[in-house]
Amino acid sequence: MFRKQRFAVSALAAGVLLFAPQAFAQTVFVTNEKDNSVTVIDGKTLEVIKTVPVGQRPRGVTLSKDEKWLLICASDDNNVQVFDARTMELVKTLPSGPDPELFILHPSGNPLYIANEDDNLVTVVDIEKGTVLAEIPVGVEPEGMGISPDGKLLVNTSETTNMAHFIDTETFEVIDNVLVDSRPRFAEFTSDGSQVWVSAEIGGTVTVIDPKSREILTKITFDIPGVSKDAIQPVGVRVTKDRSKAFVALGPANRVAVVNAQTFEVEKYLLVGQRVWQLAFSPDERFLYTTNGTSNDISVIDVEKLRVIRSIKTGRYPWGVVVASF
Amino acid sequence: MKGRRIAGLPHRIKNCLALLLSSAAFLIVPCAATISAIAQTPDTKTDTRESQPAEIQRIDIVLARELQNLPPPLSLLDFPPKDRGIAGAELAIRDNNTTGRFLKQEFSLEVVEAPSTEELVSKVIERVKAGARFVVTDARAETVLALSDALRDETALIFNAGASDDNLREENCRRNVLHTAPSRAMLTDALAQYLVWKRWRNWFLVHGTRPEDLAYAEALKRSAKRFGAKIVEERPFNVDLGNRRADGGHEQIQQQIPTFTQNAPDYDVLIVADELDQFGSYLPFRTWEARPVAGTQGLVPESWHPSLEQWGATQLQSRFQKLANRPMTPRDYDIWVAVRSIGEAATRTRANDPEKLIAYIKSPGFDVAGFKGRKLSFRAWNGQLRQPILVSTAKLPVTVSPQPGFLHQFTDLDTLGVDQPETKCRNYAG
Repeated sequence: MFRKQRFAVSALAAGVLLFAPQAFAQTVFVTNEKDNSVTVIDGKTLEVIKTVPVGQRPRGVTLSKDEKWLLICASDDNNVQVFDARTMELVKTLPSGPDPELFILHPSGNPLYIANEDDNLVTVVDIEKGTVLAEIPVGVEPEGMGISPDGKLLVNTSETTNMAHFIDTETFEVIDNVLVDSRPRFAEFTSDGSQVWVSAEIGGTVTVIDPKSREILTKITFDIPGVSKDAIQPVGVRVTKDRSKAFVALGPANRVAVVNAQTFEVEKYLLVGQRVWQLAFSPDERFLYTTNGTSNDISVIDVEKLRVIRSIKTGRYPWGVVVASF
Repeated sequence: MKGRRIAGLPHRIKNCLALLLSSAAFLIVPCAATISAIAQTPDTKTDTRESQPAEIQRIDIVLARELQNLPPPLSLLDFPPKDRGIAGAELAIRDNNTTGRFLKQEFSLEVVEAPSTEELVSKVIERVKAGARFVVTDARAETVLALSDALRDETALIFNAGASDDNLREENCRRNVLHTAPSRAMLTDALAQYLVWKRWRNWFLVHGTRPEDLAYAEALKRSAKRFGAKIVEERPFNVDLGNRRADGGHEQIQQQIPTFTQNAPDYDVLIVADELDQFGSYLPFRTWEARPVAGTQGLVPESWHPSLEQWGATQLQSRFQKLANRPMTPRDYDIWVAVRSIGEAATRTRANDPEKLIAYIKSPGFDVAGFKGRKLSFRAWNGQLRQPILVSTAKLPVTVSPQPGFLHQFTDLDTLGVDQPETKCRNYAG
């Protein structure tokens, strides 16, 4: 199937480049928390290709570095499922510790760091061997996971302890903790490793931390006319590689905030679906996909024009999203 | 009736502490650097790093339980578990200590119990004199007031987690008492909003004759007026049902209840006020007309439900189940929030000085996350915890109030209960 697709792409290359806005093949994977399935979307046509049944309560989702595997946190099965990303056949399951919610891969492609929401642990798993390398005790209800571009520093956020825990990936030791606002849910390093952005869902803020000194550089707040302060609940955060813009999903405010990543000023709010949680760029960063939990769809944002160009129906309660370059 | 002390950390974490401590030497250097940097620039913003105090900060919390001799509920399922409330406190202590180990703060819980106000108050005072400055009560309103008076000159704070009396938040509000238990007015407002949203506006009110039932009925009447419902009929329940347990019974109950509810004007929903469940559970499916039942039985407004799974609540439920081997009751939740509030204040202020913690908890900047999708905080005019209220059947939540469309100039959470402009509380602030 892959070969066929490549042939088609090369045959049509000229035409596609001239007429289609999206020249590159891309595949979008969305986990549907309530449906125990993954929706696979053609990133070019923005049509759903198929919906694949997976483990129970799928949430966090990512791709292996070579994009061969799609990894899914099957929270209620207490494991991580590994699918062949092209065929969506189950390859194997990895041990994850109880109730895996979100995870992040080491930049080298291995190991995988998993937040165990129910057990106050971060579990480190070798994805090739399928073995647990370490269990790191953290705060209550760990969720957000970020890793520095050099792979040396792991950041985990714990929702009830309200901290970002900084973990040395060589020693597996917590070297520092930074207190942020209530219910931190996501941690995102900038591409140069100079900042880590941590969202606080109940606090309604994003804290930008210097990972070297662990000083708080700034705290970003949001204010949307006509939307109650309580409804502004930041979850997913993504920063462009050139560090010009950051996008913050604001939950039941049904908007994604566009933040100038240099000045930390909020420039715009983009109206998307309901209860927007997780975000993922396409590999070329031309598009940003948002999972809208209660409206059962994802929104597609044109990153350059800062416009929502499409919404695509998914399964029920879409949670995580990742985009492959094939 | 000896006080029980529950200290410290879950053992899994204890095992892991060794691992953490081995890195302590590594921690000292960067921390020292931070402290000296701050010393040089005294006007910089607050230090947000976890530069750790040298000494462990201890925060002792007392749970004061008044052992009340209450009549048994109708259903065997509704007998309160022996550790009701205690398990909620224990879980919050564990949650606080998991965070506390990163900040060198340690929380302990002591449970004191007594069958009378006097005895309970004297036991609590003993603990307060010994250094415990935070008291969570699972007691009647009279006892809370007696305790408040007894502690008037102490630096101590009481969290009322057991009494829903509105007068405790209004005429009898006190400077040293906060309330994590929702007031009756909050509960009935939450129910009323849903019934009005559902367009079930005509209510048939049936109330018990105990003082707490009359208070609940009053709260229902206030809510009806507030949200545009109408009480088309009101009847005190004074049928003698006999002993709750006999070999036989349903034959007569299924005659008595239809007769009692007969000949009412047309109504949408039967509202019941029977807090101790002396007859209310007999009403559903036995009314003369086919109508739903709501209030203290049937569709019930409460601060918590053991099967709430939204907003991350699954995690709290499963932590609780693991600890207590039973589901989490609203009382457990109200006490959990109280103990977590103390923990949250200690985390945010990095302090265990009671004066500092109390001032912070009562300040407008305070909030605590409570698995209800909103930040929870204490109302500045009477110390009541501002919180969404679940409206549920026995098995599942049906909805969560405030309902859409009930607006408020500051926060829609203040559409539940007595709002600032109407409060009669004069002694709380300051």
